[in-house]
Amino acid sequence: MAEKLLEVKNLRTEFKREKSTVTAVNDVSFSIDKGEVLGLVGESGCGKSVTSLSIMGLLLDTSGKVTNGEVLLDGQDLLKLSKKEMRSIRGRKMSMIFQNPMSSLNPCMRVERQITEAILLHNKFSKEQAHKRAYDVLKSVGIPDPDTTLRSYPHQLSGGMSQRVMIAMALSCEPDLMIADEPTTALDVTIQAQILELMLQIKEERNSGILLITHDLGVVAEMCSRVIVMYAGRIVEEAPVKELFADPIHPYTNGLIASVPKIGSGVKKLPAIPGSVPDLSVMPKGCKFAPRCKYATEKCRQEEPKLQYLPGSTTRKIRCHVFNRAKEGGEQA
Amino acid sequence: MGRYCIKRILSAIPLLLAISFFIFMYIHLIPGDPARMQAGMDATAEEVEVIREQLGLNKPLLTQYVDYMKGLFTGDLGNSLKNGATVWDTIIPRFKPTIMLTICSIIWATIVGVALGIISAVCRGKAMDYIGMLIAISGISVPSFWLGLMLIQWFSVGLGWLPTSGLDSWKSYILPSLTLGAGTMAILARFTRSSMLESMREDYVRTARAKGLGEFFVIMRHAFKNSLIQVVTVTGLQIGGLLSGSVLVETVFSIPGLGRLLVDSINYRDYKVVQALLLFFAVEYIVVNLIVDLLYGVLNPKVRYD
Repeated sequence: MAEKLLEVKNLRTEFKREKSTVTAVNDVSFSIDKGEVLGLVGESGCGKSVTSLSIMGLLLDTSGKVTNGEVLLDGQDLLKLSKKEMRSIRGRKMSMIFQNPMSSLNPCMRVERQITEAILLHNKFSKEQAHKRAYDVLKSVGIPDPDTTLRSYPHQLSGGMSQRVMIAMALSCEPDLMIADEPTTALDVTIQAQILELMLQIKEERNSGILLITHDLGVVAEMCSRVIVMYAGRIVEEAPVKELFADPIHPYTNGLIASVPKIGSGVKKLPAIPGSVPDLSVMPKGCKFAPRCKYATEKCRQEEPKLQYLPGSTTRKIRCHVFNRAKEGGEQA
Repeated sequence: MGRYCIKRILSAIPLLLAISFFIFMYIHLIPGDPARMQAGMDATAEEVEVIREQLGLNKPLLTQYVDYMKGLFTGDLGNSLKNGATVWDTIIPRFKPTIMLTICSIIWATIVGVALGIISAVCRGKAMDYIGMLIAISGISVPSFWLGLMLIQWFSVGLGWLPTSGLDSWKSYILPSLTLGAGTMAILARFTRSSMLESMREDYVRTARAKGLGEFFVIMRHAFKNSLIQVVTVTGLQIGGLLSGSVLVETVFSIPGLGRLLVDSINYRDYKVVQALLLFFAVEYIVVNLIVDLLYGVLNPKVRYD
């Protein structure tokens, strides 16, 4: 069995609002093995990014706070670490690639300084050694002329180049875990493919784990071995990627997959999930998806289902009272 | 950058010409007769006319302007009506106090204002933030003549630590600088705070934290460096404001600087000196703006001077 790299247990993250607190992430548990790419999918506002920021301990500049759970990286609970200990892990053992590469790079700083900053922070390197590492790592992410790029300011780079620089920055200290929060959303399709290819290649070379956050199911199908589907701050389905696409069980997952446009399907109107994600402060009582679910029963509306293994499976989990009906309904449709 | 400098300096010439024209015309709109002031209140109408002729004030306005411009280009600013000395000789000894006062004020105001702004932004919503912004609001709201008088009352009269007025030693600069810089400090504090709050929300600040950088470096190296672009612009504009502020402060503290000279000269209708001073203030403003623009390019890599 593969070695567990990251284990998140019962993670709960709450945000303070004027008078109340809202729960953005509720009882989320999952794990990532070394050399594995785990996909985390869901609509905007379902808690994907908050989950990643909670793991990284980057909720500092928001009103959010992890109120329960454990985040174990190589068996060490990150939530119990002091700020200083956490800083020594961030960037070194785990790093993050953000959604918008153009705004995630400091516009007033040359690329070299931005990359070497982390290298010098986490390693006992001289400036020359740091420069050498920055050069090598840029080269490894496919930048043709690293010297020019190192001297550039972010506004002189294209979107694809910027994201490569971001990835190089994330790789510079050879982390075990990379969290990529919608790394290709801001890029056009050809660049998207190159960046994804690059991430897979890095994973192969270094046997690092990747948590890939995205709302793009195509990216998931391409990249991940396992997928977690989140809805309203909860995991609603977890499955190996092939099984999920071949046989989506949760009505929400079903809806997500059905709403991906397919070439040559002859469908004039794209199916969509009716309604929208519930506001965090006015969550429905039972299953959070019940108001939008066509299979919802009275039980769904009253009692929230638990995330449990699908009968007869050790790899698939689901949070649904009516998955049998949904499954039949899905097959009939 | 050199070419940009030259271009900017050349483009300042028409601006200065326009300014000199307006200054010249404006001074002639001030009620009061310089010839009468110089001749004395008991002089006869003939005596006044003689002096008017001596000063060239009987010529058509446009001719006077041409004479004035000729003087400007040859460096001859004329003679003071008050004591007959050349305008240069009248102004030059007054430079040092004003320049010193402005520099001292801008230095303390920038250091304190920017520090206060950063602390307030970092401690947003906490006690430090409220204290910082209370100081800032007070700095903006308190009129400088009143603040000056209060400082004299406390530190000079009450405690006897510092001189009340005049310019005897470096100590004489302390109270006037505090008075003059208070408003600038306050504006910079508020501005730095809002600009820091803005840049602290930026994605690259989150990236910096994700690298594992300590908060101090995240704030100073990443957030503040980007705020600096805006802070420098405001500081530059404030230096211009300090010059007009020095008029009041120099009067309150009886400092023989350019501001006080301006007030005295206006009272005496010494229009040659007034003209020269106004022109000097305009040049200083233009120069400060040029420096700010150049600094802007140093701080903001997106600006290119070519």
